[in-house]
Amino acid sequence: MLKVVHYINQFFANIGGEEMAHVPAEVREGIVGPGLAFQQAFGEEAEIVATIVCGDSYFNENMDEAKKIIIEMVKKYNPDIFIAGPAFNAGRYGVACGTIAQAVKDELNIPVLTGMYIENPGADMFKNSLYIVSTKNSAAGMRDAVKKMAPLALKLAKGEKIGSSAEEGYMPNGTRVNFFEKERGSKRAVKMLLNKLKDKEFVTEFPMPDFDRVAPNPAVKDVTKAKIALVTSGGIVPKGNPDHIESSSASKYGKYDIEGVMDLTEETYQTAHGGYDPVYANEDPDRVLPVDVLREFEKEGKIGSLHRYFYTTVGNGTAVKNAKAFAEKFAKELVADGVDAVILTST
Amino acid sequence: MKLELGYVFIKDIQFAEVSKVENGTLYVNRDEVKALILEDQNFKSADVELARPGESIRIMPVKDVIEPRVKVEGPGGIFPGTINKVETVGSGKTNVLKGAAVVTTGKIVGFQEGIIDMTGPGAEYTPFSKLNNLVLVCEPVDGLKQHEHEKALRFAGYKVAVYLGELARALTPDEVHTYETPTLVEGIKLYPELPRVAYVCMLQSQGLMHDTYVYGVDAKQIVPTLIYPTEVMDGAIASGNCVSACDKNTTYHHLNNPVIYDLFDEHGKTLNFVGVIITNENVYLADKERSSNWSSKLAEYLGVDGVVVSEEGFGNPDTDLIMNCKKIEAKGIKTVLITDEYAGRDGTSQSLADADVKADAVVTGGNANMVIDLPAMDKVIGYPEVADIIAGGFDGSLHADGSITAELQVITGATNEMGFNKLSAR
Amino acid sequence: MVKEIERAGIPVVHMCTIVPISLTVGANRIVPTIAIPHPLGNPALSLEEERDIRRTLLTRALKALETEVTEQTVFEK
Repeated sequence: MLKVVHYINQFFANIGGEEMAHVPAEVREGIVGPGLAFQQAFGEEAEIVATIVCGDSYFNENMDEAKKIIIEMVKKYNPDIFIAGPAFNAGRYGVACGTIAQAVKDELNIPVLTGMYIENPGADMFKNSLYIVSTKNSAAGMRDAVKKMAPLALKLAKGEKIGSSAEEGYMPNGTRVNFFEKERGSKRAVKMLLNKLKDKEFVTEFPMPDFDRVAPNPAVKDVTKAKIALVTSGGIVPKGNPDHIESSSASKYGKYDIEGVMDLTEETYQTAHGGYDPVYANEDPDRVLPVDVLREFEKEGKIGSLHRYFYTTVGNGTAVKNAKAFAEKFAKELVADGVDAVILTST
Repeated sequence: MKLELGYVFIKDIQFAEVSKVENGTLYVNRDEVKALILEDQNFKSADVELARPGESIRIMPVKDVIEPRVKVEGPGGIFPGTINKVETVGSGKTNVLKGAAVVTTGKIVGFQEGIIDMTGPGAEYTPFSKLNNLVLVCEPVDGLKQHEHEKALRFAGYKVAVYLGELARALTPDEVHTYETPTLVEGIKLYPELPRVAYVCMLQSQGLMHDTYVYGVDAKQIVPTLIYPTEVMDGAIASGNCVSACDKNTTYHHLNNPVIYDLFDEHGKTLNFVGVIITNENVYLADKERSSNWSSKLAEYLGVDGVVVSEEGFGNPDTDLIMNCKKIEAKGIKTVLITDEYAGRDGTSQSLADADVKADAVVTGGNANMVIDLPAMDKVIGYPEVADIIAGGFDGSLHADGSITAELQVITGATNEMGFNKLSAR
Repeated sequence: MVKEIERAGIPVVHMCTIVPISLTVGANRIVPTIAIPHPLGNPALSLEEERDIRRTLLTRALKALETEVTEQTVFEK
C-alpha cells in the first residue's frame, strides 16, 4: 500500500480561521479533514499515514524555519507521495502549498502534487516546476478537486508516465505533450468558432507565447567613433567549420578573429547553416557577414572600428532557449571589449 | 453548386485478371497498372504492391496518397487541369472508392518524404494505415532531374487513381451524401439569421516537394481566390508536396478536407458555410503581405462573421498564418486557426515561429518533434535505407533490426493541420 | 540573441529578411534585407553592384544605430 503524507492549513484542520493562521506546524497521525475524501478515492491503493497542519501566516512569515521543520516531519514517514492542499483561491495557502511541495520534491526527492485555482498567486509561481491540479475557486469544489488529484497522485506515486495537461487535469506547464482527443481537429475548430461567434467561453489548445520586450538602448552618439561588432545567425564560419557547428539545432556558437581580414572569400570562409541554399553564402560570405564593406567604412572613417571578433551560430531550428543562452554569454564579452554597437545579420 | 458524393465501400484489395469492384473488394490487374505508369518514359521500371490494414508492412518514402474517384454526372472529370480538362467541377455526381487509396513512393530527395506503417504504434498516427492501399514503386531513368522525377511520380499517382476510380462509374454507391453551396445571394435569403462562415485554406507553395496545384495552376502563382467546397471534392486542388511528411496535405487530404465536411455538417443549422478562400505560402515577404491582405479583403467582401484557417507546413508559413489571423481579426471577423507544433523533443521549445495575441483560438495537431519508436515490419515497400536522412530522422534512426527511432515528423499525415486527426497537445 | 545583446546594454540593429518574425520576437531596430540565402547580396548582379547594395544597407544600419527609438522601428530607407 502506497504511503501518503498530506499537508493542510489551520482552516481545513478545523482549528480556526484567520484568527488561528499563526499556529505553527504540527503533525497528526492519519487523516484530518479533506484527507478523508482523498482516502476514499485511494481505496486500497494508498493510505494517508500522516497529516501536517500549519497556519498560513506562520508558514509565510517563517518560511525557512517552517520548511525545515516540515521536511523533517515528512522524512520520518518516508511517503511515496506528498500532497498539499488543495488551496482553491486562498493566496497564502496556495503559496504555502507550492513552496512546501517544491521543497519536499527538491530535498527529499519524493513525488509531490498540489492543487489550487488558476488565479491563486501560488499557481503562476510554481506551475512550471510542479504538477498543480486546476481546481475551482472555493472549497465547494473539493469533490471535483479530489476527483482529479487522487488519480494523478497515484500515478506519480507509482512512477507512471504522466500524460498531457488536458488529460490529467494539471495546469499547462510549458511542456507540450501529445495525446488523442475524442474528436478530430477540424470538428474541434468548428465548435470553437461557434463558441467564439456567440461570445461563449472557449479554451485555446495552444496559448500564444509571451514575448518579453527589452527597451531599446540609447542611440550611438557618433558612429564614426564607434567600435562595431558583427554577429550572425547565418552560420558563417572559417572554411572547414573547425568547431563543427551543427547545420540545424545548433548546440554551440563560434567566436572568430578577423584581425587583418579585409574580405571573406570562398577559400577562407563558408556557411554551416543547413536551412537555406548555401551556394550564395559560400561563394561570397560577405553576403551574410559583410566584413568587406565594414572594413571599407573603417578606412573611410564612417565607423570608428570593426571589432576583431565576430560571433556566429546557426539559426536553423535552433531552440530559442539555446540562442538566448549563447547571446547572454557573449554579450558580456562584447561589453568587456568596449563594443559600442552590434550589427546582427540573419538569413 | 450541388454535388452528390456516392461512397462505394472497399473492404479488401486483391490482384486479379480483370480490374473491377465486386462485393466490396477492389480487384486490380497488376500489369495494366504497370503499363499505365510506364507510359511515362521517365520511368525505367515500375512495380505495384498491396498494403492492407493490419499487415506488417512499412511503406517509405511516401510521396502522395490519392483516393480513387470518378465523375459520374456533371461537367468535367476528376483532377481538372492535371489529368482531365480544366472544365469546372464540383457539381453533379461523383463516386468514391471509400476505403481504398493509391500510394506513390519514390526516392526523390530521399530524406523528406514520409513513412506509413500498416500496423503497430506507427499505424496509430497515420490515417492511411486504415486503407486498402495500392502502392506504386516507380524507378526513374538514370540522371532524371528532381523536378522531372517529382512531376512524373505525381502524375503517375493521379493517373492510377483515375484508372481505379473508373471502376466505380457504373456502380450503385452504398451511401450518398449531398453537398450544396448556394450562391451568396441565395445563401443570405435562405439563412438570414445564421452566422456567416468561410474557410481559409492555406496551400503550401515553396518549390520542389513543396508545391500545390489548383486546376493545374502552381499555387505559387495565384493570388488568393474563391472556390466552391465541392470543387475541392472533385480534385480541383492536388498535392505536389510531402515535406515534412507529418503536416503536408496529400491529395487524399484535399479530396477529404475535414474542415469542409465538418462545416457542411453545421451548414444550414448553426452556421451558413459561405465558401472557401484559398491562399498560398510563398517565400517572399511581399507575397506573404499581398496574400494575407487579399485573403482578409475577400473575407470582408464575403461579409462573413468568422473563419476557420488551416495552415500547411511550419517555419516561415507560421508568419503567413499569423498575418492572415491578424488582418482578418482587424476586420472584425473572428478566427480559429488550425496548426501543428514544433516544440522540440522535450516539448518545451516555442511551438510556432511567429505569434500574436489575436491568435487566441487555436486547434493543434500535436507536437511533430515527439520521438517515436517504430518496430521492424515484415515487409518494406519502397526504399528503407532513407530512414536515417528523413526529415525527423537522424544518424542512427534506422536500426540494424529494421526498427526506426525518429520524430513524429516522418509519419505521413501525423500532425495534419486541416484537423484530419484526433492527435492534439496541451 | 538580439534581445540578450540589447539587455546587456549594447544598441543592436537586426538585419534580416523575415521582418515579421523579428518584430514578434522583439528586436527594436530592424533593417530589411534582400533575401534569405543572401541578405546582403544579390547574385544576379555584378560584384560592384552587390557591394553597392551592401553599402546602402549597412549605411542604413548605421543610421538606425544613431537614431533614438522608443519602440520597435523598421528602417526601410
